[in-house]
Amino acid sequence: MKIPYYVILPSYFAYALGFIFGHLRDFVSFFRNHVDKPPKGYAPLCRDFEDFYTRRMYRRIQDCFNRPIASAPNTWIDVIERVSHDNVTLVRTKNTRRCINLGSYNYLGFAAQDEYCTPRVIECLEKFGASACASRVECGTSILHEELERVIAKFVGKPAAMVYGMGYATNSTTLPALIGKGGLIISDMLNHSSIVAGARSSGAKVAVFQHNSPSHLEQVLRKSIAEGQPRTHRPWKKIVVVVEGIYSMEGEICRLREIVALTKRYKAYLYLDEAHSIGVIGKTGRGLCELQGIDTEDVSVMMGTFTKSFGSCGGYIAGSEDLVKYLRYVSPGHLYATAMSPPAVQQVLSALKVLMGEDGTDRGMKKLAAVRENSNFFREELQKMGCEVLGDEDSPIMPIMLYIPATIPAFSRECLARNVAVVSVGFPATPVFLGRARICISAAHTREDLNQALKVIGEVCDICQLKYYPPPQLSWKEKARLKEKEKNL
Amino acid sequence: MSIIRMNQMLVKRTMSLWFDTLVSLLDAPLADAVIFGVHIDGHLFLETLLVVVIAFLLLQKSYQPEKRPLTEQEIDQLCDEWTPEPLHPPITKEMELSPPVLESAAGPHTVVNGKDVINLSSANYLGLIGHPKIKEACNAALEKYGVGACGPRGFYGTIDVHMDLEAKIAQFMGTPDSILYSYGLATVSSVIPAFCKRGDLILADEGVNWGIQNGLFLSRSTVRYFKHNDMASLEALLEDVRQEDRRKKKVLNRRFIVVEAIYQNSGEMVPLDTVVRLKEKYLFRVLVDESNSIGVLGKTGRGLSEHFNIPVEKIDIITSAMGHSLASVGGFCTGSAKVVDHQRLSGAGYCFSAALPPFLASASITALELLEDNPVLLTRLRRNISFFRSKLATIPGVVVGGHALSPLIFLHLQRSGSFAEDSVILQQIVDKMLEEGVLLSASKRSLLDKCKLGAGIRIMVTASHTEAELLSVSSSLGNVIQSVVAAQS
Repeated sequence: MKIPYYVILPSYFAYALGFIFGHLRDFVSFFRNHVDKPPKGYAPLCRDFEDFYTRRMYRRIQDCFNRPIASAPNTWIDVIERVSHDNVTLVRTKNTRRCINLGSYNYLGFAAQDEYCTPRVIECLEKFGASACASRVECGTSILHEELERVIAKFVGKPAAMVYGMGYATNSTTLPALIGKGGLIISDMLNHSSIVAGARSSGAKVAVFQHNSPSHLEQVLRKSIAEGQPRTHRPWKKIVVVVEGIYSMEGEICRLREIVALTKRYKAYLYLDEAHSIGVIGKTGRGLCELQGIDTEDVSVMMGTFTKSFGSCGGYIAGSEDLVKYLRYVSPGHLYATAMSPPAVQQVLSALKVLMGEDGTDRGMKKLAAVRENSNFFREELQKMGCEVLGDEDSPIMPIMLYIPATIPAFSRECLARNVAVVSVGFPATPVFLGRARICISAAHTREDLNQALKVIGEVCDICQLKYYPPPQLSWKEKARLKEKEKNL
Repeated sequence: MSIIRMNQMLVKRTMSLWFDTLVSLLDAPLADAVIFGVHIDGHLFLETLLVVVIAFLLLQKSYQPEKRPLTEQEIDQLCDEWTPEPLHPPITKEMELSPPVLESAAGPHTVVNGKDVINLSSANYLGLIGHPKIKEACNAALEKYGVGACGPRGFYGTIDVHMDLEAKIAQFMGTPDSILYSYGLATVSSVIPAFCKRGDLILADEGVNWGIQNGLFLSRSTVRYFKHNDMASLEALLEDVRQEDRRKKKVLNRRFIVVEAIYQNSGEMVPLDTVVRLKEKYLFRVLVDESNSIGVLGKTGRGLSEHFNIPVEKIDIITSAMGHSLASVGGFCTGSAKVVDHQRLSGAGYCFSAALPPFLASASITALELLEDNPVLLTRLRRNISFFRSKLATIPGVVVGGHALSPLIFLHLQRSGSFAEDSVILQQIVDKMLEEGVLLSASKRSLLDKCKLGAGIRIMVTASHTEAELLSVSSSLGNVIQSVVAAQS
């Protein structure tokens, strides 16, 4: 995206100023001995430059992050107010503020109490306890875990699946099990931190292709296969291409059809992370393959999490039966980590039943339609207002571009003052000059909620001057003509 | 004179005539030239010409073959020729794991295949799974908050129960603050890379679990291993480091000793007093993983530091998983305020992963309160451990491993071979014991695990087992082991 000059020059200036002031403060505090020195002979626990960003830039706007809530992460939340007495730490107060929640991942509205899921979860807690305190190969496997693995495999469209207790651990323990030294992982530039951690833990070489660009992926594939391993030029043992279904900071949907064509042609394996897209896109919520009409056979490994659409925790890996057997034998997340908590498993099972309509109602279909309608409505309205909004159609994630660093805290604080809770992110979660406010829409948001949120965002965008594409100004003749038309209607 | 001699003389005369003419020709124009006191004549001219020719030849580039990049057809051909390895190796018989499937909670008794069995493979050391107070707390949390936290800690995923649990852990352990992670395996894998980067030095025990190994690998620091639980080996390594320091003037880097309180892979307990003495002598920091010792060791269950009467401030970083005595899921890390604060922005498993489900946080708070109010749980656990160990010591054919106070007891074969061979025999013992009505588990090791310690049956004693049950288990074990070992020989 081309950022206009009147936006990027102030951003450079702002960061430079923050940098200079930060160093000035460091100098003064060193002078006045406010720095906490480590004991004699020890190196400081955090190196100066590692800590600089935290101390001098992040701490200025730390009230915009880690906001605690005192209620379920539903569409309306009670944000706990915090105060700072020393400009360094924030302390909880007893006051809360009821806000519209545009920040939590609650796409299908399963976040809080649900009439079908919650009674079954409580029953399961009674029967199985909160945790098995053992790994899946010891005594952590229960009939619920096996049922969930069967159901999720069928839902996603693969022969078999396995379930982990944490989404992050799913990626970071499966990638090392699939590929090792002598292999190549080609991952999208904007992949999630868990994929990066898993790729690095595996010991394989990692190459990166430009975000969502099948043409660049083809270039990287051809170059890698032709040149082979670095220095020795031996052929690669295997190549795994890792992409995500919906990218969490962009809201874009992956161009899977073209990428599948490439992986088939160049004999690479495809690993699809559907953390944000399972249960949300596709006619029945089965994810990206259903949306784009792709045969699930063409994707070697399908991964997803239960945190976003199903209101639970954990992740799954779906693939062929042999692949899942092998992963059960090798993956440390399965052999060593605590098994997924049984009530969380029951929550996913119940949510899947609702989504598939097996609870006897059509709530599932209604939820899917609602999240789509709400997302499209909200995005259209934001674009009409003149904000720069990213994300594809039907995607429930819509980042509003902020660019100028000062607007990151300003947007967040002004919205909170008007009882709308939004998430604004800057460096390092996004590239330096591409700060944004990320909105996550839920199926449980009503039209009134959304309209109220839009009104507030409109006001705040005016204050922060974020309407980069204002609607075209009509001349007085055209305005008069419109008025005539309205009168006649 | 002969004709030959006449010819020779003729040639000679012609040559000298020609040469003289040449020289006189060259001499002629500059015959009387004198520049800077040097007489210019033909010789000088020839020598200059020679120097110029030599210089020209030296400055010529040596012959190099033309650099021709690969053409598109050649790349196509290489891509067509390349054959990758299969995604996973073929499944062998030993890869087909079939763990026991539970039909009830994993308490001291559980139901497998419709039969009630005594459960010794759950790390539920205080017997808190299924405790009515924990169930009540979880119920209340489920009613209020639902199951999942629906977001990472930075974006409205911080719920008040998380902050309460962090405060409770800090108060229990006697430290200023603590930080909560949503999975035990991800805790130590995120803590180590947050404090150690390239250039730092870590000395770790060779028997540490996979989570720590992964953290060490991701940190990119120099890692050196000392022999399992061998303080002499650690001291020798520390001396080595000191000698190296004296030889090379290195920049002061961060140095850590990483140990586990009770090793997951062997049940041995680290002599913390020796480690603290060594760390103070050689100016290292120490990180202790107390997953198996919180709620087990120490007068009030505060772990290894209380057991050895060492003030907790002397241990720089304490990490622990909550999936053991605290009957929950997740992990925490505690230490000084700076240690905890730094992780809130640089702990990968904290920033980029969904928060712990609130009901599991409530379960942990209740477990800690129960531990504080009922120290009798600890006495019961200790009694059970010593009773069971004394009974197991009488069984021939096996060696009881692990420290006398460790609730994690290992049974190694007396005649032990490789890990794979032992595992087969131990799995037979475990299967036979399940038929007898006792649920045990043999140690499983991932192919990615670098630990080389021997295989054994992992028995986890809890405070809820009765002496009668333990007696019956040890006698069944004695019979089964005798029969299996006899069948082997």
